[in-house]
Amino acid sequence: VSGFLSLLGDHTIQNVVAGATLLGLISGVLGSFAVLRQQSLLGDTLSHAALPGVCIGFLLAGSRELASIMAGALVTAVLAALVMLVLTRFSRLKTDASLGISLSVFFAVGVVLLTYVQGTDNASQGGLDSFLFGQAAAILRSDLWIMGGITACALLVVATFWKEFKLVTFDPTFAATVGFPVAVLELVLTVMIALAVVVGLQMVGVVLMAAMVIAPAVAARQWTTRLEHMVVLAAVFGVVSGVIGAVFSATGRGLSTGPLIVLAASAIALVSILLAPERGVLWEAVKRWRDQRELGTNQVLTTLHGLAAHHKDPLYPAEQGMIDTYHGLATRRALARLQQRGLVRRVGHMPVEGPHWELTAEGRDRARQVLDDLRPDAA
Amino acid sequence: MLDSLFANTPLMVMATGALVGTAATLVGVFLVLRKNSMLTDAISHSIVFGIVVVWLLTHQQSGPLQIVGAALTGVLTVFLTELLASTRKVKNDAAIGLVFPVLFSVGVLLINLYARDVHIDQHTVLLGEIGFVWLNTLAIAGYDVPQALVWMGVVTLVNGAFVLLFFKELKLATFDPALAKALGFAPTALFYALLLLTSTTAVAAFDAVGAVLFIAFVIVPPAAAYLLTDRLSTMLVLGILISGASSVLGYQAAVLMDVSIGGMMAVMTGVFLTAAFLFGPRYGIVAQYWRHLNQRYVDESRALAVHLLNDEQKGRAGEGGALSTLSEHLQWGDRKLQRVVQRSLRLGYVLRDGLRLHLTTKGRRVAVELLEPWRRTEA
Repeated sequence: VSGFLSLLGDHTIQNVVAGATLLGLISGVLGSFAVLRQQSLLGDTLSHAALPGVCIGFLLAGSRELASIMAGALVTAVLAALVMLVLTRFSRLKTDASLGISLSVFFAVGVVLLTYVQGTDNASQGGLDSFLFGQAAAILRSDLWIMGGITACALLVVATFWKEFKLVTFDPTFAATVGFPVAVLELVLTVMIALAVVVGLQMVGVVLMAAMVIAPAVAARQWTTRLEHMVVLAAVFGVVSGVIGAVFSATGRGLSTGPLIVLAASAIALVSILLAPERGVLWEAVKRWRDQRELGTNQVLTTLHGLAAHHKDPLYPAEQGMIDTYHGLATRRALARLQQRGLVRRVGHMPVEGPHWELTAEGRDRARQVLDDLRPDAA
Repeated sequence: MLDSLFANTPLMVMATGALVGTAATLVGVFLVLRKNSMLTDAISHSIVFGIVVVWLLTHQQSGPLQIVGAALTGVLTVFLTELLASTRKVKNDAAIGLVFPVLFSVGVLLINLYARDVHIDQHTVLLGEIGFVWLNTLAIAGYDVPQALVWMGVVTLVNGAFVLLFFKELKLATFDPALAKALGFAPTALFYALLLLTSTTAVAAFDAVGAVLFIAFVIVPPAAAYLLTDRLSTMLVLGILISGASSVLGYQAAVLMDVSIGGMMAVMTGVFLTAAFLFGPRYGIVAQYWRHLNQRYVDESRALAVHLLNDEQKGRAGEGGALSTLSEHLQWGDRKLQRVVQRSLRLGYVLRDGLRLHLTTKGRRVAVELLEPWRRTEA
């Protein structure tokens, strides 16, 4: 614990944790909208397309100054989104191809510019590589102010236009019908994803930023069906994974920050998909198993009822083996459950040795109810 | 003579680029048509994991084992993506965006940990070093042939053979998977074979162009070709030609500006796409605009013909057709009227008689066709 506390006293670590918190906040909140609008891969395209902007910002500023690099990244990311929209709207290319074209060509331009910058013998160009995979330790106090400013602005916009964004996300057609400027709102949401990418440049890098947009939002989606809760949860997940990854990277053996943060976020997403109550895969599997068991139990109950009706004897003792021939050996457990609930009674009956079963009064009522529920005209 | 050929570095680099482009286009055409372009993004990122793992296990940098082993990672990615999407907790696009960053992150971290300062570094992973293909050579029949060229050649041949052999099946499975299944072909198996080849190509091309630039070679030339033609076979040929041209031009431009060769080749594919988008004969923006404009002009002339026919039928021939009244009746400005009349004269819809216009037989037929379309079948 004391080791951890001393870590918190470290300036670099403080910066890194603050940066990761900001990144987690903005990418979780804005990622929620992207994932719900089925634009997860747009984040991927935007983040790759930030690379040429990073280089242009560097070339214009002449140094590794984060503000101009961020501005450049924002411009090219938004430009890539526009190219993607234009290709989809004005040509016969589908969304997937437009996304891929935008992503790869913009990234290629970035690679060309990166090699150009490296050829210019600028002493400070060495740091540009770190924008590929992120390098949390290189973060400065002044960078944090910029990242914080962007995050605050983005959160303010989301809070102000909450109702509008919500409607556009879930029912754009209705939003257009009642007179919301849907195209503008969608553009604003896209630009804000670009803002999230820009905030993540330093921490995660351009290549893996997409995962930070997607993973926390997907994780949050598993735990709730309300947008309000989802956005908050996604922000929390984003912050947690950001801090975990960043601290590991800053203390570890020169591990890239981006992959570590992404792995943390993905782990949270995986756990959520498996374990989230109601929706989780395991939860559903347990529910399915229970339903199956209940169905089997009801089958045995109604079989007993049918046998009793057939023999015109409400207390007809059915022999264990006979029930087995109907439903297999699993009946023993089903009968034990029924007995526990007081629906059947175990009786002896000669001449055959071994257990026989008869319905109790409650069992008869229950069997009738089950059969009634099965009728097609049951309300 | 062959010796000097293989020692010709520029030629070898361009040839390698062209082979990467050809092999990628052969599979890319079908991925673009199936709207699965973004799977390339997932595959090319996650093979990094496969390459690093195989390298750690065997310390082989290239060769069949490396290619096949790492290629399986690509197929694994697609399998995991579909598995995740099949739980229906996550949409398909988000599933893609969840799976590949994980594999990619693990790959990058493994490089960080175990493979520093050796063959694969983070940089190569993304950018490739096609300019150095001549560094590693294989002795074949007494000639030193660049390794990358050999493996890319083999992969291109395999892809080509696959497309030629299964052309009919691929065509059917791409355009009508339901029919393909009903007829007893196995579209799913074919699809996975295609993805395996895509992964194989990605691994073979990895040294030359890296993980991200590969996406450009798979998606962009087929997409450009798609904007130029409606025939599958033509699309394949055009795509290959575009990749070849991109390699040659990209190399020249890169040498001229002293920047990344692979990056410049990918940028060139983007240039070709832009050209196809703007100037494509049928789907290009210019052609569309031209058709649109032309249609408007023809429509104006047809409107004039209808107006003249109306005048004739209403027995207003006395005043009808007078140029002086047309402007008022049609509510067209003088300049527009002049333009329309001139065009209509050229089209042979009307004849000019002093200051009056008369419909020709052709003009009357056009007007009647518009007003009473059912007559056309009678005539």
